[in-house]
Amino acid sequence: MLSLNRVSKFYKVGTFGGKELAAVRDVSFDVNTGEVVSLIGESGSGKTTIGKMVLKLIEISRGSITCDGTDVAGIRGGAVKSYYRHVQGVFQDPFSSYNPIFKADRVFGMIRSEYFADMARSEWNGKVEAALRAVTLDPGQVLNKYPHQLSGGQLQRLLVARALLLDLKILVADEIISMLDASTRIDVLNLLAELKGRGMGILFITHDLSLGNYISEKTVILRRGAVVEMGATDKVFGNPTHPYTKVLISSVPQLHKKWAEVEAEIRARGGDDSGTCLFHRAYPPTARAGDGADDGPTLFKVEEDHFVGCFDLGEGTCRIA
Amino acid sequence: MGLQVTDLRVYYRTLAGDVKALDGATFSIADKEIMGLAGESGCGKSTLGNSLIRLDGRMKHVGGTVTLDGVPLPIGDQNEMNHFRFAEVSIIPQYAMSAMNPTRKIGKMTAELLESRGERYGEIKSELLRRIDLVGLQRDVLNRYPIELSGGMKQRMVMVISTLLDPSLLIADEITSALDVSTQRAVAETLVSFRDHGFVKSMIVITHDVSILYQTADTILVMYAGKLAEKAPTATIIEDPRHPYTKMLISSLPEVGIRYAKKKLTGIPGSPPSLLNPPTGCRFRARCPLAFDKCAEEPSFEKIAHDHWVACWKATGSDA
Repeated sequence: MLSLNRVSKFYKVGTFGGKELAAVRDVSFDVNTGEVVSLIGESGSGKTTIGKMVLKLIEISRGSITCDGTDVAGIRGGAVKSYYRHVQGVFQDPFSSYNPIFKADRVFGMIRSEYFADMARSEWNGKVEAALRAVTLDPGQVLNKYPHQLSGGQLQRLLVARALLLDLKILVADEIISMLDASTRIDVLNLLAELKGRGMGILFITHDLSLGNYISEKTVILRRGAVVEMGATDKVFGNPTHPYTKVLISSVPQLHKKWAEVEAEIRARGGDDSGTCLFHRAYPPTARAGDGADDGPTLFKVEEDHFVGCFDLGEGTCRIA
Repeated sequence: MGLQVTDLRVYYRTLAGDVKALDGATFSIADKEIMGLAGESGCGKSTLGNSLIRLDGRMKHVGGTVTLDGVPLPIGDQNEMNHFRFAEVSIIPQYAMSAMNPTRKIGKMTAELLESRGERYGEIKSELLRRIDLVGLQRDVLNRYPIELSGGMKQRMVMVISTLLDPSLLIADEITSALDVSTQRAVAETLVSFRDHGFVKSMIVITHDVSILYQTADTILVMYAGKLAEKAPTATIIEDPRHPYTKMLISSLPEVGIRYAKKKLTGIPGSPPSLLNPPTGCRFRARCPLAFDKCAEEPSFEKIAHDHWVACWKATGSDA
């Protein structure tokens, strides 16, 4: 449904924008109906930039994003409004997503005046109540309250409910639970999983591998703006191929296994750690044009539904390249 | 000897009345012990950590005593505490990014800090360099400004500075929460190595992330709404918790390997009580599935096994 095709984003940096910084490089993946795709990366990996490009908050430098076959970059004027009817985002900090001097349910009112101006009051109220119930909130408890009177989890669920009022197909969830407490974050996570059951596609952006692993069908691991490994979640986590993925998985603090044990496990599973890059073994660099803007493949297929990028981590770890 | 805390109460003064953020904490930490302190936001864990080193203007020491290595800490007295700060008790603050003076080179800042403690920089410099090597930083960080260092490097530098005078007790407040996973691991392992090298005797690691504590701590103390809920060795807290809050907290944590499709986790319904006028009796009562009549009385923090304390009527066995 949502499809990214070799998307790149460059920022001009330095005095007079003399330098170019690649925040996202040649990223391609799809988000299908009823699917959660988690986009995992450390800070500066470009995960939020991708989310913003999908939401049309920033321009795409190269490549294209299509939604149901329509090029997102080409949407202009009145069509933007109907794009947002299908694609919405929820962001990290629930407290700064609201205007503190207005009541929290004003976010619903704004949707009404923009999209459902001619809907009868009673019909609208029913719609709001249904959306609140879908996110397991009690309408009496959250309506007519100011943001500071509600908890972070409640505010975050209100934002999801706001998105549900529209005819939503894609939800971009950017770190939506990292500011919530352990006892409430799992409820928001389960809520996303239920939405997926209703046929929504969710782009779940996170730095926390255990959350991505819990909820998603597909995992995309980013490093410095490029995809290093992607595929079905159980394949990426069960059989990490890229050295960076291995480091990430062995660094996640787990509850029942110490770090040393996890590391030993990954090492025991072996695989190709000799330093020769799987990607460049399959696609020798000589076969590609030298300017970096070629049309060659960016990922190598390890197995069905499991792809890996070049092993170079920017420190010359890729021996062939 | 270690640390003994007896019935410590610290309240916040507000216009609406006293917020009872820490309401009667009694526990002890042995030498060489790394104690993890876990709980939701607003449960009083940072208040407990801060009260052992510095009470800010809003905080009021209402009662209770703290003894470190047999010496009582004058925690209510700002000036008296100066003799203990950094020399006996030290803290690594949460935001190392803003903990260092941005206008000084790190070496100069460290020198000024040491002089303010009555120490000579020249005498300590060789030890400082040794420790910088130990945490895996370049020695020339001393000639750099904080802005030139990454978050993980700054965090490690602050760790070195905070422990330079070999304090007996170190408080680490959420030091890994703002870091990336791979840096998080390096910082957590450095923390353990400080204990192993004897730079600090005992440590309190405050975090909301129980899985970090499983990797680093010897014992875990769980707090709920200003009260202690349970303290036990790490393995016991994770594998066989006795307090219903600990049980629900541990079972709500997603970890690598658990998938929604296979095993659906559940959160804890409801939210913690307001500490302005906390309910009487057990404070977890309203959210607890096991609550019964007796919970209207407040359970005491009782020892139920060797090294295992719980504040719950069901766990202490007095519900018969």
